[in-house]
Amino acid sequence: MFNILHAAFLAPGIKRFVIEAPRIARRHQAGQFVIIRIYEEGERIPLTIENSDPARGTISIVVQSVGKTTRLLNSLRTGDKILDVVGPLGKPSEIAKFGTVVVIGGGVGTAEAYPTAKALKQAGNRVISIVGARNRELIILEAEMRAVSDQLFITTDDGTYGEKGFVSDKLRQLIDNGTPMDLVLAIGPIPMMRAVADVTREPRIRTLASLNPIMIDGTGMCGGCRVLVGNESKFACVDGPEFDAHEVNFDVLMQRNSMYRSEEKLAMEQFENEREALLERIRAGDLQPCTLAGGEQ
Amino acid sequence: MKEPAAPSVNPLTLKERMKIARQHMPEQPACERKSNFHEVNLGFSAELARQEALRCLECEKQTCMTSCPVGVKVREFVHLIAAGDFAGAAAKIREDNALPAITGRVCPQEDHCEGFCVLRKKGESLGIGYLERFVADYEQRTGMRHLPTAPPSGKRVAIVGSGPAGLSAAGDLIQKGHQVRVFEALHELGGVLVYGIPEFRLPKQIIREQIDQLRSMGIEFETDVVVGRTITIDELMDEEGYDAVFVATGAGSPQFMKIPGEQFIGVYSANEFLTRINLMHAYEFPRYDQPIIDFRGKDVAVIGGGNTALDAIRSALRLGARRAYILYRRSETEMPARAEEVKHAQEEGIEFQFLTAPIEFLADEKGWLRAARCQRMELGEPDASGRRRPVPIAGSEFELPLAVAVLAIGTSANPIIQSTTPGLATDKRGYIVADEHSQRTSRRGVFAGGDIVTGSATVILAMGAGRRAAKSIDEFLSSGVW
Repeated sequence: MFNILHAAFLAPGIKRFVIEAPRIARRHQAGQFVIIRIYEEGERIPLTIENSDPARGTISIVVQSVGKTTRLLNSLRTGDKILDVVGPLGKPSEIAKFGTVVVIGGGVGTAEAYPTAKALKQAGNRVISIVGARNRELIILEAEMRAVSDQLFITTDDGTYGEKGFVSDKLRQLIDNGTPMDLVLAIGPIPMMRAVADVTREPRIRTLASLNPIMIDGTGMCGGCRVLVGNESKFACVDGPEFDAHEVNFDVLMQRNSMYRSEEKLAMEQFENEREALLERIRAGDLQPCTLAGGEQ
Repeated sequence: MKEPAAPSVNPLTLKERMKIARQHMPEQPACERKSNFHEVNLGFSAELARQEALRCLECEKQTCMTSCPVGVKVREFVHLIAAGDFAGAAAKIREDNALPAITGRVCPQEDHCEGFCVLRKKGESLGIGYLERFVADYEQRTGMRHLPTAPPSGKRVAIVGSGPAGLSAAGDLIQKGHQVRVFEALHELGGVLVYGIPEFRLPKQIIREQIDQLRSMGIEFETDVVVGRTITIDELMDEEGYDAVFVATGAGSPQFMKIPGEQFIGVYSANEFLTRINLMHAYEFPRYDQPIIDFRGKDVAVIGGGNTALDAIRSALRLGARRAYILYRRSETEMPARAEEVKHAQEEGIEFQFLTAPIEFLADEKGWLRAARCQRMELGEPDASGRRRPVPIAGSEFELPLAVAVLAIGTSANPIIQSTTPGLATDKRGYIVADEHSQRTSRRGVFAGGDIVTGSATVILAMGAGRRAAKSIDEFLSSGVW
């Protein structure tokens, strides 16, 4: 069982959790993720670690309400518990002195981009960040990103904040203006990462995308998270999650991520009816009706 | 024929014993069980068990025991069953086998004890697996008789992985007086027993009970720890004070066929499909949250001929598949699956397409699998495994309409431990190099065994490796000599 030490919304539907997980905090490196399972009948989902504090033994994650599991998670508060948190998983981001690095965060992807931007800055890179969202309300971690960036640009689809347009538009503008860049890192929705890859393909700027396929164990055991990279099957959990964006087949990733759409819809409908009862059960600690496993015993 | 040397409780002459037919395992009828996940075999009654035990010829050579990877004293425990001392029989098995309720259900007895049983030469072997299961279940119902344990040694052993190899080693080490902690990457204990083997063959409750028995002996367990990621082997030894580590992480990564279309929706690895079903209870969706695509009324094929393939196709049938095929590139004779599982699968209506292999998967415009292009094979010269090599027949290609294909063609080494443990030697396929007797690796104090050393094998072979490792760890901890 893992304690939620602090939980607060950063934006509508986007919540940040500080979780007590000393072992994970000690080993975490930028770019890695955890897999969580909230309660006994829950599914396992991967979530990128936004920050860690080894001294306090905590990690933080930022969660956007999308399906049942993320909605349930975002219904939890400070003092609640999560049944399973395992990690840190995945290969850490490659941190080195590249020169100028453009870090792009789309939507909740900004939370995932943040630790890498921070580490790249500490490694002596010039960091240009582009943070985008649909509208002003959904821009998160602006101050944090600003603190680790030499330059920060903000874009919104509707123009309610920063520049109107997509992050990829801003990137294209920087390239057209002759801004030198040695590496581009894109983390966000699939269409955004694909658009970034399209912009940097021709000028041949090395570009990495952090992929988010459906995952179960997160340790390379099941192969469910396989993605096509350069026409080769790779496991995002152990070979990634970051891959050469120019080699990634985003169509396949998008198709595979839609695999359970009808099941997700059913689960959501059911969840809306049982939300309170479920939360009550979780808070009562009635998490393990039929198993003896889970956490330290 | 010689009468048994040791005094016997068996009042029958050898001739009379051989006249008794092997007792049948009561089972759920095929027509019912193919649509539920409840256990197929229902277990012996005390009467059936005693009757079966009376068939034992009590041979002096005991090839049943010497062919067992963990060395269960078969003659002795069967003798105790015949005498009606079921608790004694269970304790006797436990001297060598930490998981009798599990091996009694999933061990390929025909390759070990039953395959070497003298009765087999004259007819049918003794039902050793059924008897083992009977006494293990009896012990579970009536309470365990604790075995004597050595005084505390003050030494600590970390075991990485709670599958058969890890649990078997833990059971032996705790009896030697060492402090033992088992680390598991998943949220539930049991490794492949939990994520790989379906409920209808090995109920989760049985695994939990067997693990609870180990816990009651003093073994500690910790879930949600991926050794290599959450903590490294060096940290376990240098910072957490473990004197030895046994790496028993299993085979790990599923292999794909590297044929076109494996990324399509509806193509699963057996590991993923079975993990969704077994560990995550996807067959109970939406009561459980982890989904599986809808199998009802669909045609499904599993590619492979081992136990995993049969577990997968029989699960697919239970999810409501219309037609359920096994596609195997060799013939029935070469199938590595357990004989009883093949029989059960045939009874349930699984269609076996031998000498058949897919060469491409085909999908609709949305990326959902619609068919497999297959090829017929014939058997050529024997290959490295000694089995005749399948050779494609030219012009034999055909399309098999399918909504789901599950690949059960084997596994390769998971790299996490190897890549985070400096100085740990691996072979060219990435498996950990360990001595086949001592299970010692290239790193002082680090032992390895089971599938992560040998590649995919069986529960009982992994348990055998666990026992050898425990013995070797105990020697190392007592002598301090590497």
